[in-house]
Amino acid sequence: MATLLDTIAGGHLVEAHRPYPRRIVDAPLWQALGAGLHEGHWRLLGLWGEPAAVHMALLDEAAGLPAVASLACPDGTFPSVAQYHPPASRLERALCDLTGLAATAAPDARPWLDHGRWDLRHPLGQRLPAATEVPPYAFLTADGEGLHQIPVGPVHAGIIEPGHFRFTANGEAVVRLEQRLGYVHKGIEALMTGASIERAARLAGRTSGDSTVAYAWALARAVEAALGATVPERAVWLRALMAELERLANHFGDIGAICNDAAFALMLAHCGVLREQVLRAANACFGHRLMMDRVVPGGVEVAPGPLDTTPIRNLIDVATKAFPALVKLYDNKASLQDRTVGTGIVRPALARQYGCGGYVGRASGLAFDARRQLAYPPYDGLRFEVPVLREGDVNARVWIRIREVEQSLALVGQILKALPPDGLTRIPLAEVDGPSEGVGLVEGFRGDILAWVRLDAGARVGRCHLRDPSWFQWPLLEAAIEGNIVADFPLCNKSFNCSYSGHDL
Amino acid sequence: MQKLLLESLIKAPFTEPAPQADTVALAELATRVDRAARARLGRSLSIRQVDAGSCNGCELEIHALGNAFYDLERFGLRFVASPRHADVLLVTGPVTRNMREALQRTYDATPGPKWVVAAGACARDGGLFADSYACVGGVGAVIPVDIHIPGCPPTPTALLGGLLALLTKSA
Ligand code: SF4
Repeated sequence: MATLLDTIAGGHLVEAHRPYPRRIVDAPLWQALGAGLHEGHWRLLGLWGEPAAVHMALLDEAAGLPAVASLACPDGTFPSVAQYHPPASRLERALCDLTGLAATAAPDARPWLDHGRWDLRHPLGQRLPAATEVPPYAFLTADGEGLHQIPVGPVHAGIIEPGHFRFTANGEAVVRLEQRLGYVHKGIEALMTGASIERAARLAGRTSGDSTVAYAWALARAVEAALGATVPERAVWLRALMAELERLANHFGDIGAICNDAAFALMLAHCGVLREQVLRAANACFGHRLMMDRVVPGGVEVAPGPLDTTPIRNLIDVATKAFPALVKLYDNKASLQDRTVGTGIVRPALARQYGCGGYVGRASGLAFDARRQLAYPPYDGLRFEVPVLREGDVNARVWIRIREVEQSLALVGQILKALPPDGLTRIPLAEVDGPSEGVGLVEGFRGDILAWVRLDAGARVGRCHLRDPSWFQWPLLEAAIEGNIVADFPLCNKSFNCSYSGHDL
Repeated sequence: MQKLLLESLIKAPFTEPAPQADTVALAELATRVDRAARARLGRSLSIRQVDAGSCNGCELEIHALGNAFYDLERFGLRFVASPRHADVLLVTGPVTRNMREALQRTYDATPGPKWVVAAGACARDGGLFADSYACVGGVGAVIPVDIHIPGCPPTPTALLGGLLALLTKSA
C-alpha cells in the first residue's frame, strides 16, 4: 500500500510549513484521499477552510507521519470528503458555515454551527449579510409505532455546557439520539484572524477551559514550528508537568462524576477532594488553579527563579496513597458495576472508523496517544504505558481513566526528577519575514488536540484552526446510547465527557 | 468501603471556614436588592446555573463549590435542576448569539423575586470574546444583573464570597 506521503507526492509542496509536510493537491487527488480514509489507510486529523481553500490533516499511522493536503476552491466548492468518510461530515458542515465553501455531493448539507442568529454569514469567508428567513432545523426522523421524541436542552438540568439532544424512544429504550451543537460558538477562529500571537494564545487557552494547558501547548507548538523556534529545556518540562496535572485533575473529576451519575456519591466526594488538591498544588506553583495563560509561545510564563515544587510532591504522595482505596471501592461495588458494565458500548470497529482518540478510543481498542505515537519532548524520553481495553462500555472508560491516573502520577514523579531546578523558561519569538505555517498536536486529557497556524508578516495570525478531540467522539455517543434506556444517558454522556465549547469553538 | 467510611468518621473534616462575603459584591447588591424581597427569601438560596457560552472553566470552579473543602450546602446554598425552583440564576459566558434566547427564556421561567449573578470575566462584558460576531457580550446585555463575580475563572472562594453577599444582605 502506498504511504500517505507517496499518495500526495504529486501535489505542490508548501515550503514554509513545519514540521509535517503540506501539499497542494488537485480535486481528483483530494477525492482519492477521501477514498483512502474510507478504506482505513489513514486517520482524519482535521478538516478546515479559508476563503478560497480547504485543508485536510491526515495521519499515516503505519508510517507515524501526519501530513496536510490543501485544495484551492476557485469556484467556491470542493468535493465532499464525507461522501466517502462519514466522520468528516460535521467538520465539513462547520467549514461550510464558516467559510461559505460548499461541499459537493455532501451526504448532509444542513448547517451545523450557524443557527441563523449571527448578524452575518460565513465569518471566515466572503462575509455576507445574515439571511432574513431561517428555516427550522430539520432533525432526522424516526418513524414507527410507539415511537416518541424527547427534546432536551440546550439548557440542561446540571451544571454542564449547553447543547441539544433529540431522543427518539420506544418506551424506555432509545432508538435514536441526534445531537445539535453550536450553542457555545464564540467565533474564536475569526477573533484569532489578525490577532497578535499573545492574544491568539490567550484565546486558544479558552477554547475549552478544562484543557487550557493542552490547547495553549498545541498552539505554542504550532507557532514555534512555524518560526523554527526551540524553547528552553526547562520550559518543556514545566509544560509537561502542567499537562499531567491537568490530566489528573480532570480524570479525578470525571471518575467521581461518573460514579455520582450511577448514584454512588461517595466516590464523587473522595475524587472531588483529590481534584481540589491538584488544583491547589497547581495554584501554589503556577499561580492559577487551572494554569491558564501559563503555557505561551516561546516557553512558559512562570515566576523567575527556582520553582518550589513541594506542593506537587506532597500532592503526589497524598494521591498515591489515597487512590488505590478508591479504585478498590469502584471495583468491588456490585451496584456500581451493575450500571457501568455493558452500558453505552462503542464497538472497536466504529471507534477505528472515527479515528477517535483519548479514553473513548482507548476503551474501544484504539491505542493512539499523541504522547506516544507522535512523541514530542519531553514524552519521547519518559516511561509510561498507554492503557487499552476493548469492551468500549462505561466501565471501560472509567478503567482507562483509572489507569491513566496511575500513569500520570508516575509521570509527574519522573518529570520532577528531571526538571532543571533553575534557568530560562521563555525565549522571545523571532520576527516573521514572510508567511510561515506550523502545526502542533498535543495529547489533552480528552484526546489529541490539533492546532494549525499561518503567521503573516508583522507576527500577526493569518489563520488559525483548532480541532478538539470531541469532534470524533460526539458522533460515537449517538451510537453508544442506541438500545440503552433513557435513564442511562447521563451516565453514558458523563463517561464520554465531550467538550461543547471546544467543539463549538 | 467500611474502612473508608470509618476513616471519614475519625479524620478531621476537609471543610474550611467561610470566606468573607465579598464587599464589592455587597455594595453592588445594596443598591439593587430591596429589603422586602430579601425578607421573603430567608437564609437559603436555590441556584440555577446557566452556561450561556462559557469556555467551561467557570463551570469547573462552580462544580468545586460542592466539594468537601467548600461544601456550599452548609450555607443554605444549593443548586437546583430547574429555573422554576430557583431564586438565583448564576450565569457564565459571553452570552453567545446562539444561546441568547435560551438565557432569556430561562430568566423568564424563573419566578420572582429573583437575582442574577454573573460569574467570570466573560459574563461581565464578553471578556476576550467581546468583539465577536457570535457573542452578545456580557450577561447584562440580555437580562438584568445584580452581582458580578470577577475572575477568569472566579475561584471557588470568590464565588462563595459573592453568593454569601446575597445571603448576608437578605438576613
Ligand atoms: S471567564 Fe474565563 S474561565 Fe470563565 S468562561 Fe470566560 S474565559 Fe472561561
